[in-house]
Amino acid sequence: MKRLLATSALVLAGTATMAMAETKACLITKTDTNPFFVKMKEGATAKAEEMGIELMTFAGKIDGDVESQVAAVESCIAAGAKGILITPTDSRALAPVVTEARENGLLVIALDTPFEPADVADATFATDNFRAGELIGMWARRKLGDDAANARIALLDLNASEVSVDYLRDGGFLQGFGIDIKDPTDIGDEDDPRIVGHDVTNGNEEGGRKAMENLLQIDPNINVVYTINEPAAAGAWEALKAAGRSADDVIIVSVDGGCPGVRNVAEGIIDATAQQYPLRMAALGVEAIAKWAEDGSKPAPTPGKDFFDTGVALVTDQPVDGVESIDSAKGLELCWG
Amino acid sequence: MNDVPDRQAGTGGPEAGLAVAAELVADFGSRRRSPVERIQHILHDNPTLVPVIVLLLSLAAFGIIAGERFFSPFNLSLILQQVSIIGMLAAAQSLIILTAGIDLSVAAIMVLMSVIMGNLAVNMGVPTPIAIVAGFAGGAAAGLLNGILVTRVKLPPFITTLGTWNVFFALNLWLSGAQSIRSQDIDAHAPLLKFFGEAARIGGAKITFGVILMVLIFLVLWYMLNHTAWGRHVYAVGDDPEAAELSGIRTGRVLISVYALAGLVCAIAGWAAIGRVGSISPQSFYEGNLQSITAVVIGGISLFGGRGSILGALFGALIVGVFQSGLRIAGVDVLWQVFAIGWLIIIAVAIDQWIRRVSA
Repeated sequence: MKRLLATSALVLAGTATMAMAETKACLITKTDTNPFFVKMKEGATAKAEEMGIELMTFAGKIDGDVESQVAAVESCIAAGAKGILITPTDSRALAPVVTEARENGLLVIALDTPFEPADVADATFATDNFRAGELIGMWARRKLGDDAANARIALLDLNASEVSVDYLRDGGFLQGFGIDIKDPTDIGDEDDPRIVGHDVTNGNEEGGRKAMENLLQIDPNINVVYTINEPAAAGAWEALKAAGRSADDVIIVSVDGGCPGVRNVAEGIIDATAQQYPLRMAALGVEAIAKWAEDGSKPAPTPGKDFFDTGVALVTDQPVDGVESIDSAKGLELCWG
Repeated sequence: MNDVPDRQAGTGGPEAGLAVAAELVADFGSRRRSPVERIQHILHDNPTLVPVIVLLLSLAAFGIIAGERFFSPFNLSLILQQVSIIGMLAAAQSLIILTAGIDLSVAAIMVLMSVIMGNLAVNMGVPTPIAIVAGFAGGAAAGLLNGILVTRVKLPPFITTLGTWNVFFALNLWLSGAQSIRSQDIDAHAPLLKFFGEAARIGGAKITFGVILMVLIFLVLWYMLNHTAWGRHVYAVGDDPEAAELSGIRTGRVLISVYALAGLVCAIAGWAAIGRVGSISPQSFYEGNLQSITAVVIGGISLFGGRGSILGALFGALIVGVFQSGLRIAGVDVLWQVFAIGWLIIIAVAIDQWIRRVSA
C-alpha cells in the first residue's frame, strides 16, 4: 500500500513537471471583494504577464474564510505551482497546509499579513502595520500638542479574532501616541485613562458607524478616533456627524490609502491615513517566485525586520513637525482601488 | 393574535409525561391543569408573550447593570436605529419562515438593491425616484426568482436561497466593483437616497425615519397576515401545505407571492440602509441573513412554519439590540456578546419546542 502510494505520487510529480511548460504561480487573497486585494491581483497579473508566468488566483469569500484558502493552497500544490503568494486570512490556522506546500518544494510568500510565527512562510512582503499605526499615532499626538494629555480616544478595530494586522495597527497607533501598550498582541489591555474604549467594525461602514455610536455612548467627548481602515472611518464620521460633532473638533486617523479614503482626507473627513502599496507587494512577490524557479534563491528580509517592508507613507493635508508626510494630491496619485 | 391550530398539537406522548411530572411537582390530586400547564397554554395562545417578557426583563437588567447611560432616551432610540435594518430584514424573513421556509438571501438582495439604486442615481445620473423604483422592482424580481425555484422547480428553500445568496452577492461585487459609494457623493447627486437617515427629535430621543419605516413595515405585514385572506393562506400553507391544497388554496401562488413580497421588503430595507450607513457599502451586512433569522427565532416564530406572530420578529431584533448595547456599555468584550446571542437563540428554540408540546 505504501509503495503504491509512493509510485502514484511519483507519477503525479512526473506529469506535473511535464505540464510545466511555463512557471506557475498562485495568488491567494483573503477576498475578491476588498479593493486592496483587487489591486494586489492587478499588480500580480500584470507582472506575471510581463515575465511569462502563469498566474492562478484564488480568494476566500469573506475575511476569515480559512477553508477556502486551505483548499486553494492544496490546489496549487496539486497543480505543480512553483510558488504561492498568500494573504493568510488567519495568521495561525493556515500554518499546517503552508508547511505542506513548502515540503513539496513551493516557495511561500505571505503578502500583507504575516503568519504567526512569521517563518511559517519563506518570506513576508508586507506593510509594516505597526509602523503604519505608529505614524498616525505620532501625527495625532503632535497635532493635538499639549491637549494630547487630555485626549479622549476611541479605537475602532477589526473583529473579535484580534488578528495580527488588527493588533499591530492598534498597538502602533497607541505607542505612537505615547501610550504604554503592555502586551503588544493583546488589544484592550492598556490602562491609560485617556482610552474611552475599543469596539469592532468588521472593516466596513456599517460596523464603523455602530462602533462609533456605542463608544460615544460611553463618552460623548471623544476627540481622537483611530480606525482599522478607511471604510470604518467613513462610518465613524457618519456617527459623529449625527451626534452633532464637527470635523474640526475630532481627529480621525486611519490606515490603508485606498482612493475613496484619500479623497476623504482631501475633504477633511479623515485627518490622516497611513498609505500602503499592495501593487508593489504583489509585483515584488511574483518576481521573487520567478527567481526561485530560476536559481532557487529566496528573497531576503529588510535589514532589521523579519519581513520585506514594502513601505508606508503618511497622507495628510495638515503636516506636523517631526513626522514626514505626503499631501492628499500625492496620495491620490499613489492610491489603490 | 393567531388562532390557527398547531399541527403538532394533541398528538399525545411527551405532553402526557410532562403533565404527570407537573402534577407530581404541584402535588394536586385533581384533574385540573397545573400552574406550569396553564403557563404553557397562555404562551401557546400568545406566541409574542415570551419575547416581550424577555425584552422587558433585559431592559430592566441592563438598566440596573449599565445604569443611566444605557437607559437614557437617546441610547434607547439609538438601539432602535441600530436594529432598524436587521429588523426590516427580519420582517421579510418572518414571511418566509411562516411558510416553513428559510431565506438566506435577504441581506444579499438588500445590499444588491442599494448598490443598484446608488449606481443608477449617483454614478449614472438617473433621477433618484426612478433609481429607487428600479431597486424595488429588482428586489421583487429577486424574490420572485426564489419563489419560482422553490415552487416550480421544487428546490428546498434552504438550497435555493443558499444559491441565490451567492449569485446576488457576486452581482453586488460586480456592479459595485467592491467599492463603496461615498457619503458626500450621495449628498451631492442623490440626497433622496438618504431620506431614511433623517430624524425627528422627541425630547432626548432621536427617531430616524428608518425606525418609523421599520415599525410601519411590521404593522402593515401584521395586518396583511392577520386580517386578509392572503394572510390566512400564508399561515395555512406553513402549517400544513397538503391540507391547504386540499381545502382549495393554490399553495404555489401563495408561496411565490410571499417570496416576491419578501424581496420587495428587502429592497425597501436597501433604501433605508443607505440612510442608516451613510454610504453605499457593498461589504456591509454580510451576516445580515443570519442576524435576521436570529431575530425571527428569538421572536418566537416557529421554524416549522405556521405559528408565531410577525411582531415577535420585531421584539427579537430589539432583544439582540438591547443585549449588544447593554453589554457594550457595561464594557463587556465583543466575544461575550456573541456568546450571549448564541445562548439566546438556543433558549428561544427550546422554549418554542416546549410550547409546541401543549395540547390545544
